[in-house]
Amino acid sequence: MATVTGTTLPRPANVNLVGLERTDYKGLPSTLCQGCGHNSISSQIIAACYEMSVAPERLVKFSGIGCSSKSPAYFLSRSFGFNGLHGRMPSLATGALLANRSMKGIGVSGDGDTASIGIGQFIHLLRRNVPLVYIVENNGVYGLTKGQFSATADKGAMLKKGEANPFHPVDICIEALAANCGFVARSFAGDPRQVKELIKAALSFEGTAVLDIISPCVTFNNRDESTKSYAWGKQHEDPIHDMTVIPIREEIEVELEPGEATTVEMHDGSRVVLKKLERQYDPTDRMAAVTLLEQARVNNELLTGLLYLNPTQPSLVDIGNLALTPLSELAEDVLRPAPATLELINAEFR
Amino acid sequence: MSQQPVQESLTSTQPAEPPRIVNDFSMVVATINGSGSQTSNMALIRALFRMGVPVSGKNLFPSNIQGLPTWFTIRASSLGYTARREKVEIVVAMNPATFLEDLQTLVPGGVCFYPDHFPAPKEREDVVFYPMPVQSLVKEIDPPKELREYISNMAYVGIVASILAIELDEIRRALLTHFRGKERAVESNMKMIARAHAWAETQLTKRDPYMVQRDNQTEGMILIDGNTAGALGSIYGGVSFAAWYPITPASSLPESLSEYLPQLRKEKDTGRATYAVVQAEDEIAAAGMTIGAGWMGARSMTATSGPGLSLMAEYVGLAFFVEVPIVIWDVQRMGPGTGLPTRTSQGDVMFVRYLGHGDTKHVMLFPATPAECFEFGWRAFDLAERLQTPVFVMSDLDLGMNYWMSDPFEYPEEPMDRGKVLDADDLEQIGTFGRYRDIEGDGIAYRTLPGNPHPLATWFARGTGHNENALYSERAEDWAGNMERLWRKLDTARDFVPRPVLFRQSGARIGLIGYGTTDPAIQEARDRLSAAGVPTNYLRLRSIPFTHDVRAFIEEHDEVYVIEMNTDGQMRQLLQLEVPEHAARLRSLSYNTGLPVSARWIVANVRPGKEG
Repeated sequence: MATVTGTTLPRPANVNLVGLERTDYKGLPSTLCQGCGHNSISSQIIAACYEMSVAPERLVKFSGIGCSSKSPAYFLSRSFGFNGLHGRMPSLATGALLANRSMKGIGVSGDGDTASIGIGQFIHLLRRNVPLVYIVENNGVYGLTKGQFSATADKGAMLKKGEANPFHPVDICIEALAANCGFVARSFAGDPRQVKELIKAALSFEGTAVLDIISPCVTFNNRDESTKSYAWGKQHEDPIHDMTVIPIREEIEVELEPGEATTVEMHDGSRVVLKKLERQYDPTDRMAAVTLLEQARVNNELLTGLLYLNPTQPSLVDIGNLALTPLSELAEDVLRPAPATLELINAEFR
Repeated sequence: MSQQPVQESLTSTQPAEPPRIVNDFSMVVATINGSGSQTSNMALIRALFRMGVPVSGKNLFPSNIQGLPTWFTIRASSLGYTARREKVEIVVAMNPATFLEDLQTLVPGGVCFYPDHFPAPKEREDVVFYPMPVQSLVKEIDPPKELREYISNMAYVGIVASILAIELDEIRRALLTHFRGKERAVESNMKMIARAHAWAETQLTKRDPYMVQRDNQTEGMILIDGNTAGALGSIYGGVSFAAWYPITPASSLPESLSEYLPQLRKEKDTGRATYAVVQAEDEIAAAGMTIGAGWMGARSMTATSGPGLSLMAEYVGLAFFVEVPIVIWDVQRMGPGTGLPTRTSQGDVMFVRYLGHGDTKHVMLFPATPAECFEFGWRAFDLAERLQTPVFVMSDLDLGMNYWMSDPFEYPEEPMDRGKVLDADDLEQIGTFGRYRDIEGDGIAYRTLPGNPHPLATWFARGTGHNENALYSERAEDWAGNMERLWRKLDTARDFVPRPVLFRQSGARIGLIGYGTTDPAIQEARDRLSAAGVPTNYLRLRSIPFTHDVRAFIEEHDEVYVIEMNTDGQMRQLLQLEVPEHAARLRSLSYNTGLPVSARWIVANVRPGKEG
């Protein structure tokens, strides 16, 4: 029996390491539908940030357009946020996070926002490995514009009017794997504990972390046969492992039999413990992840968990070799080169 | 063929001496795109410039990498004129495909240099021809095979230098500048130049009147393109973030950022960058990145041209409503899609003024010289942060990619204006904050930057309707109130933007208004008009919104010609909206061919008293 633990500092109950209570991470009341999967995900973002002791002023929220993209108003009111354009949140986040490398970024998008209008920016975000937690609240349907198909809609899915979708869906996780993303996860809004642990792991990852979370739309796409419905998810969810995140400086005991689990240390020192369930699965094997997803599609399964993890790739901040002082905080004497340098430049063009 | 020069009345009348025209000619070098003639042409123009002769250089090139005709025009002018001319005095005809066409651009008595393996022309008996043994000269030098074509272009440099009396030492120094001090590259080119020069000195007899003589008119000046100047100005304005997507004719601006930022803005002790430049996947992403960085508090910019602006429109509109400071350079070109991507235009004026859906109006700056590109490069950041809005710098291909004499760059004399930003200490003192509250009545609200730890600091940026506290609102009064404040802010902008430059001539009754690269042609045209008894006053616009001087100028003249390079007279229309009661005084002189306007065209079209 092995025990994985961290150390902790004494503090009052109900207060995390930065001295905040769980309610300090709340947002405005949600205006989404009762029972919407997105509300459940917002709750888990709140819980994960609380448990990871994220300082709200060190986190920025981004979103595009759609029901999902409204949700950043419903968590972490004490964090700055930018609700951008449809499908164009990745570029907004890229600029912002390069401008201030000390900020943690969390982006919330939807399946239309990511896989339809935003597929280009999504892929380029991953290609650059921008340090951002990128959550797709995937319900296979456009909610705000009242029920049109998105690019992740099931082939054969029916609209209320009776029209069937003739196209094969985009698999966001396979796209992310193809783009060499170093953190690819799928989850289900009906499995809040897993959602929370995945967000915690993503928060300690320096690079783009993609979480494709099936998040049922109770108004437009919750028929039992839809792969984006609560009923289907509950019946078909098959977690590939049991996951626990141990934040740095936290004390959590996880009891493990030898060979039963893999522990991966993240960039910030947090550890992700992946406890084996029924299948043998190596989350560091990218091709295995693709194969697994394809098998799951054929077998009509909702495989969830951390499909792929590779914390070794440099982020865009590393690649840019950016100064440790955030670009947005540089003083005038750093920003404006000295007068003597301009003399040399003028001489160069004489 | 006749090879006698035509007598010019303005030159010496001594019968025994050939007439001389000193430091006054336009020379066009006709080559094939991709043949590496740029180095040769830069060597010639920079040598002239270093000899103190006023020059300008215009590259007229096709949208093509290799094979299509291209022309580089060098104008030398003892009076300092730099505008394009419609006829030229000297042709260096290196492209057999355009040889005959190029001959037609010559004035009577003009000069033509051409490789002697081209068939001897039978046209233009009035022209002085100098056949050049390019192939045999290259054979003598025997350059490495891969450099052969490139080096062979140096032959005409040597021969032209000999005939026009351009100093070889200055050509050598010009090459040193071009190759950034790399002696080996300079020497391999100079070998060809010197050989060709020596051949011409012994084998050619000068039979034309055009001469170069050392002068002192470029003392202290620099020779540079506007895109490099704009990039350098941005660096001295403290740019710390730039995102862009390749597009002619803007690309060389961000490419210059990438060239100079590592030299000027790396941390000495760590070697780390105090900047980030990202080549985005398209202009939508470039705009999104630029806005994200500007919102975060960085001095953030992008550079593009018309088609890129179309893609940026939605994000620019969002930046206007969220009130994010960013700088956008629009290096204008012709037309949509492929358009005429390598030709110049001022066709984006109206589009940029209103870029975005709903009600948007943007602040625009119009540089006319590289020195102004530099100045507006840094000033645009001050304006953007002061006004918390996108600021456009409206350049064009002619300014951005061609070579201009310019006053040297002046170090910014003012400290940076970072605008109304509240930090945590400010908030602690004030005790209250609303992102869009107009405290001073100038329409500019205070902003806080992400990372500000004060509990009052946080706000949520969005395009949707918001109240003064940046909270979601669909109330009619909130929307209307916000628009009123934004319009108040644009009115405030009039006090901050660069004022126009006014040039007067005594007795002038008509006014000319121009902006950007129409300036050199207007200046030259005014001298000619004045000599013909039509003095003019001239106002060169440098910004939108218009400052109060503009209304005063229009009120002062019964006839005001607005000279610009687009078909619709876009600036004229904007001026008519500004001064509707005098709309009829404003006459449109629109020139839209893809080429820079000439003084001749302006002179021919300024016809006071006639219907415009």
